[in-house]
Amino acid sequence: MSVDLATVKRVAHLARIAVSEDEANRMMGELNGILGFVEQLSEVNVDGVEAMTSVMPMAMKERQDAVTDGDKAADIVANAPVTDQNFFLVPKVVE
Amino acid sequence: MTDLTRLTIAEAREKLRAKEFSAVELTDAYLAAIAAANDKINAYVSVTPDKARSMAKASDDRIAKGEAGALEGIPLGIKDLFATEGEHTQACSHILDGFKPRYESTVTQNLWNDGAVMLGKLNMDEFAMGSSNETSYYGPVINPWRARGSNQQLVPGGSSGGSAAAVAAFLCAGATATDTGGSIRQPAAFTGTVGIKPTYGRCSRWGTVAFASSLDQAGPIARDVRDAAILLKSMASVDAKDTTSVDLPVPDYEASLGQSVRGMKIGIPREYRVEGMPEEIEAFWQKGIAWLKDAGAEIVDISLPHTKYALPAYYIVAPAEASSNLARYDGVRYGLRVDGKDIVDMYEKTRAAGFGQEVKRRIMIGTYVLSAGYYDAYYLRAQKVRTLIKRDFELAFQAGVDAILTPATPSSAFGIADEDLASDPVKMYLNDIFTVTVNMAGLPGIAVPGGLDSRGLPLGLQLIGKPFEEETLFKTAHVIEQAVGKLTPEKWW
Repeated sequence: MSVDLATVKRVAHLARIAVSEDEANRMMGELNGILGFVEQLSEVNVDGVEAMTSVMPMAMKERQDAVTDGDKAADIVANAPVTDQNFFLVPKVVE
Repeated sequence: MTDLTRLTIAEAREKLRAKEFSAVELTDAYLAAIAAANDKINAYVSVTPDKARSMAKASDDRIAKGEAGALEGIPLGIKDLFATEGEHTQACSHILDGFKPRYESTVTQNLWNDGAVMLGKLNMDEFAMGSSNETSYYGPVINPWRARGSNQQLVPGGSSGGSAAAVAAFLCAGATATDTGGSIRQPAAFTGTVGIKPTYGRCSRWGTVAFASSLDQAGPIARDVRDAAILLKSMASVDAKDTTSVDLPVPDYEASLGQSVRGMKIGIPREYRVEGMPEEIEAFWQKGIAWLKDAGAEIVDISLPHTKYALPAYYIVAPAEASSNLARYDGVRYGLRVDGKDIVDMYEKTRAAGFGQEVKRRIMIGTYVLSAGYYDAYYLRAQKVRTLIKRDFELAFQAGVDAILTPATPSSAFGIADEDLASDPVKMYLNDIFTVTVNMAGLPGIAVPGGLDSRGLPLGLQLIGKPFEEETLFKTAHVIEQAVGKLTPEKWW
């Protein structure tokens, strides 16, 4: 399978990465190179093989149902580019 | 006084306890070495001298009181991927601009609890994506090794290139690193150091910036096998904060050094003889086989038939997980923000400015293979192939093999800004051809120096073990180390 320019732009938008026309063109070549490389997986017979879900067999851990953390709003917003009274600020999203 | 930075962790540990010198003196020696060399090597992206001295002072106090921990007063470098409270933590990406966590990763906290001293944060490929340390926002790391009679600058490997170069150039006593597809073992091989990626689940991933969560594992890079064993003992733990942390006690890895390998079965996988591999690599592999045979191990030929599919499957699984993990960098909660006309425009501009080329490439691949209509053909198939890769190893171990010996990399260190590699991402990916299978199967793997090639550059051998049998790897790697001796670059920096 290979991607065309329109697909590259669509995927870039899905990934929320702005791309220029030049970048999209360059990426198209690179992505097709990688997709060509991974194409060899189609040779492998995977009939009846289960997809891996956990690389090491382990039982899911259960946590105690208790509040163990919190009250640190100032820590949580400390690294945010724009905040106001412990809220993250974003451009307006509702009209 | 002798150069304190030349001491191994084991040596420094003894001399500190015997009060031959203080932890502050040892730390000062490293800080001076970093100040003199970092312009040339670029191993550190942030040096923390005040913190280092105050931690060293506290170590001296504990030593005086007879309360020394396992790593008391030992100065370490920390890969920029580990969250360190109040200190530079950016995964060497522009998108985490200015990020200083309000918490400490479990791995680094374990080290500090044992008395280790932090010298600073080490350079790496951006978000651990790369095999040459050239994708870092902070520029490439220069390998302390040069080919004989040459001034050409070589890469230290990646993604833990800063960790490997700092250890090889005596700019820290040991370093933390992480390995998603070979990022501990390949740079260790390129710098004549020892690096171990433990079994998935042995070190907590809590507080380590995520790349591909089902593959990422932390481990040490050290000057010798003993130091790697000492560091891993401290880094590994059972951690309730990481649901994939395994509930098994951490053994005393150092105790396995010097144990006999007599009667051990070492598997030699025929699929690791790849087309175009330099004859020298094959010759070193044969030497490794001979050393283990001389030590009484039994050598058996084995087959791991799905080996060639590990790298293509990795380049689906790892980017898919990365595209999800890196979705959090949105210009809202931390790091860089580039304003836009609306929120989506802000996201897109922020991520376009904040991520480098390689990271964008992998996010794009990951987004594509997970997008509607392609999931089954790519991601699901790759996870099935991964099951087959793991099964290959399980069958070999069931047949009685105790460990597997392979080359660590298909070549020695290459030049900075290699045009051939820069023009074709897949060529760069091939660096991980011998290491990536281990991540796909979750197994432990260690890279140990095998000797110098004809150009005078180090080459590494890799040992792969059964899950949670790191001790087998340490004792076997120690036998190889005894045969090879330690490799030290000639100082030019």
